[in-house]
Amino acid sequence: MKNNNAGIEDVLDEVLQSYPAKSMKNRKEHMLIKDQKKGKHKIKANTRTIPGIITNRGCAYAGCRGVVLGPLKDVVQLVHGPIGCSYYAWGMRRHQGVAAEGGKNFINYTFSTDMQDSDVVFGGERKLKEAIKEAVEIFNPSTIMITATCPVGLIGDDINSIARQAEAEYGITVMAFNCEGYKGVSQSAGHHIANNEIMANLVGIEDKELDYKYPINLMGEYNIGGDAFEIERILEKIGYDIVASFSGNGTADQIKYSHEADLNLVQCHRSINYIAEMFEEKYGIPWLKVNFLGVDATIKALRNMAEYFDDPELKERTEKVIAEELAQIEGPLNRYKELFEGKTAFLFVGGSRAHHYQNVFKRIGIETVVAGYEFGHRDDYEGREVIPDIEMTADDRNIPELEVTKDDKKYNMRISKAKKEELQQKMPLDYYEGMIKEMEDGSIVIDDLNHHEHIKLTEALEPDIFCSGIKDKYTSHKMGIFSKQLHSYDYSGPYAGFKGHLQFAEDIAAGILNPSWSYINPPWKDNVELAGTIGGVR
Amino acid sequence: MQDLVPKEYKERNSLVINPVKTCQPIGAMYAALGVHGALPHSHGSQGCCSYHRMHLTKHFREPVVASSSSFTEGASVFGGRANLETALKNIFAVYDPQVVAINTTCLSETIGDDIGSIINGFDVPEGKTIIHASTPSYVGSHITGFSNMVKAMIKQLSEKNEEAKTNNKLNLIPGFVDPGDIREIKRILEAMDIDYILFPDQSDVLDTPLDGNYDMYPEGGVTIPELNDTGNSQATIALGEFASADSAFELEKKHDVKPYILKSPVGIKATDELLMQLMKLTGKEVPAKIEKERGQLVDIIADTHHQFHGKKVAVYGDPDIVISLTEFVLSLGMRPVHVLTGTPDNKFEETVTEMMSDADWEYNITAGGDLFQLHQWIKNDPVDLLLGNSYGKLVARQEDIPLVRVGFPILDRSVHSYLPTIGYKGAILLVEKISGALLDRKDRDTDFELTEFVL
Repeated sequence: MKNNNAGIEDVLDEVLQSYPAKSMKNRKEHMLIKDQKKGKHKIKANTRTIPGIITNRGCAYAGCRGVVLGPLKDVVQLVHGPIGCSYYAWGMRRHQGVAAEGGKNFINYTFSTDMQDSDVVFGGERKLKEAIKEAVEIFNPSTIMITATCPVGLIGDDINSIARQAEAEYGITVMAFNCEGYKGVSQSAGHHIANNEIMANLVGIEDKELDYKYPINLMGEYNIGGDAFEIERILEKIGYDIVASFSGNGTADQIKYSHEADLNLVQCHRSINYIAEMFEEKYGIPWLKVNFLGVDATIKALRNMAEYFDDPELKERTEKVIAEELAQIEGPLNRYKELFEGKTAFLFVGGSRAHHYQNVFKRIGIETVVAGYEFGHRDDYEGREVIPDIEMTADDRNIPELEVTKDDKKYNMRISKAKKEELQQKMPLDYYEGMIKEMEDGSIVIDDLNHHEHIKLTEALEPDIFCSGIKDKYTSHKMGIFSKQLHSYDYSGPYAGFKGHLQFAEDIAAGILNPSWSYINPPWKDNVELAGTIGGVR
Repeated sequence: MQDLVPKEYKERNSLVINPVKTCQPIGAMYAALGVHGALPHSHGSQGCCSYHRMHLTKHFREPVVASSSSFTEGASVFGGRANLETALKNIFAVYDPQVVAINTTCLSETIGDDIGSIINGFDVPEGKTIIHASTPSYVGSHITGFSNMVKAMIKQLSEKNEEAKTNNKLNLIPGFVDPGDIREIKRILEAMDIDYILFPDQSDVLDTPLDGNYDMYPEGGVTIPELNDTGNSQATIALGEFASADSAFELEKKHDVKPYILKSPVGIKATDELLMQLMKLTGKEVPAKIEKERGQLVDIIADTHHQFHGKKVAVYGDPDIVISLTEFVLSLGMRPVHVLTGTPDNKFEETVTEMMSDADWEYNITAGGDLFQLHQWIKNDPVDLLLGNSYGKLVARQEDIPLVRVGFPILDRSVHSYLPTIGYKGAILLVEKISGALLDRKDRDTDFELTEFVL
């Protein structure tokens, strides 16, 4: 298949055939075939989904309340709006969190103002104020985050001034997020709104003397299925100290002094790269693109980190931990590779995972033949070098940009310019290469995949495994193809680090090798010998 | 952890914590899936459609496909007409449904989009149908949304033929129940040889077999000709006052089809009432095999009464099923002490209060409540059993109380959507579940030396 791009082009043409002309033109720009000879690849991304085309995308609210804010354990997440938005953000993303000793954990609770028609007509501000008061009286949280749903912006409730008033009145942190669902074109807008607000009003509001040798922040890791637990375990074993997590298993209280870290690790580039940039601008902390999914990527990340801190003892400790962890999983992982060799995967997930999981699959013998992001931007596909060329759309302009400047009191350049340039030759420091460069020739890249394209591509390519979310999981199963959710990890995890890779391989084996697939065709369908006569002559 | 729930009550008027309801559009989407060849369409932001599809998919473990008008900020300011028109063009071209069933969201309701007029201006392809329901998220609950979409089917599709000739059929609206329940209702109707039009019908839509072929529009669902014909039926039985009654009244208003509103037939009494009503309307007998099932249920209850007698229960969930479950646990000799629905409607409290008139124990009944409230009640007056949806597991774990999962949604167990809760068969299955939960607990808590084989 690899050397037959013409065949793949026919597949894409066939996929596009069903669209009305305008939609066809639009969708054509969201797909491409990797071809090394062509040099640069250009894809359309982070633009509006065409109405009526069955997208997997969610909204800004989901990206803000669900993805970025949801994992923060010590926060009362108060959703201002009708009940649904709060209800659906309750325990559905599998971001796990264990309370720090003596700390509160609100992850299993969801809070709503349950807006009624009278609130829509007369305004919901009174109700929101009262809800804050009640939350403070019952739970006494250190932080409340108010998130806006669609009607809030339309009726003009001023959640920002209510947050400021409440903060003054109760002496706690109260933040407001204008993340109405209609903003932007996907969850990505919500990530921006959440992160900008956190950067502007939470990061750096407290100073703390930390007795840490290698203080780091973990960014863009949301602890789905416990990934952050496993990453924390490995990093702590080597000797790193995590100052704050944005935001898996994290707390708002830690984020307040997160400017005390010496390095920011960026796992999900899509959701947080701009914040990492701002940290550097404001506080002088560089960021390193890491990927803790997959053994090979994890080892690379750990070595880069040790190189950054440039301490022989740390490097030695890093190698020791790598060797220890590898020893536990390498044998079984190799056996899985033999088992899966030659199988193919179709990945449609996230703003980063469709890239991150390619090395995970490769290590166990599975080749990725289609990959796409649900809410990625062009830089997530093509690499950061494309950022200056990305055109701003009207939808981008509706999301307020945050400008930061050097904080004269707190700025501390962690490494010299020369050192940074030297390191950049060796590692993705302040850089992300994007997904496309790492993909094989002949593989398909597709943005904002929809229901129709999912079915057509599956029929044409017959992958062995389809990785996406719950909405198209069972569609894939009906077609007889095992589907693993890479948004939520179904019911399993962690998949990060070393042991996580093995856990993943085991779950893939459980899925692909499950006997059920072999029962799909009833035995009598192709058995002509079944011709008895009991009960009368046939 | 639910360790932050205090025993002490504090006044709470505006803050909802851990709801026992969600918003209208998901109910509308579920109802629409019970129409053959229908694609539900959500007129609002993408997120609503995405959330609703995800949630239904998790309950049924089946594909749930629906489209969205994908509002942006511009559409929210200038109105969603252009988005809906584009959406409909794309939907018919790419996905080719027989029916598009549009529901609104809080966004399109707040800006006041007039769906009826947008559709009137749209050139619907030959042979295709569009229906639409107004389902503002800030009114009622998902049950209200279900009711509104079913009502829209009647309002927009039911007809009466010119000669006013009856079709000799009975309309039956099953309510917000699972495909397994719908199959059971059909089995009873067929056993009684009653000709019926049942709607919405999600069986063979959300319980399809795995045969290697994906069909976006499976064989199930009530058809448009059947919905057209509902105006010619002789009567309508609506199961569940909250999910189904409005549609039955609409049929009466529109075509003078007489409505009969019954409880959701969960448990022996409510199923008896359904069968009596069917007999009364059709003159048909209850067949021996159904009567035998009833007898088996009575036999089981009599033989196992000691497991249930005097046990305290908390029942929560959607109003129709909670009402019937409350009646059923009373008939098992149990004591419902906390009865709660999230759907706001005073009729619920009246109905349950009446049901509890003989109770000589203290009890709480609330409509428009939340799980936090239920949890506080339980802290103040503990129970032996929780009966409700998956979310109760937080309370169950925190307070160490067994939970029997029934209702919507069930996200952490499977097969529920294939088996009935309604009818005598459903009641037998419920008894088995309740009994199993109570006895597993008894076995766990009994001293090992005193463990018994026969219980």
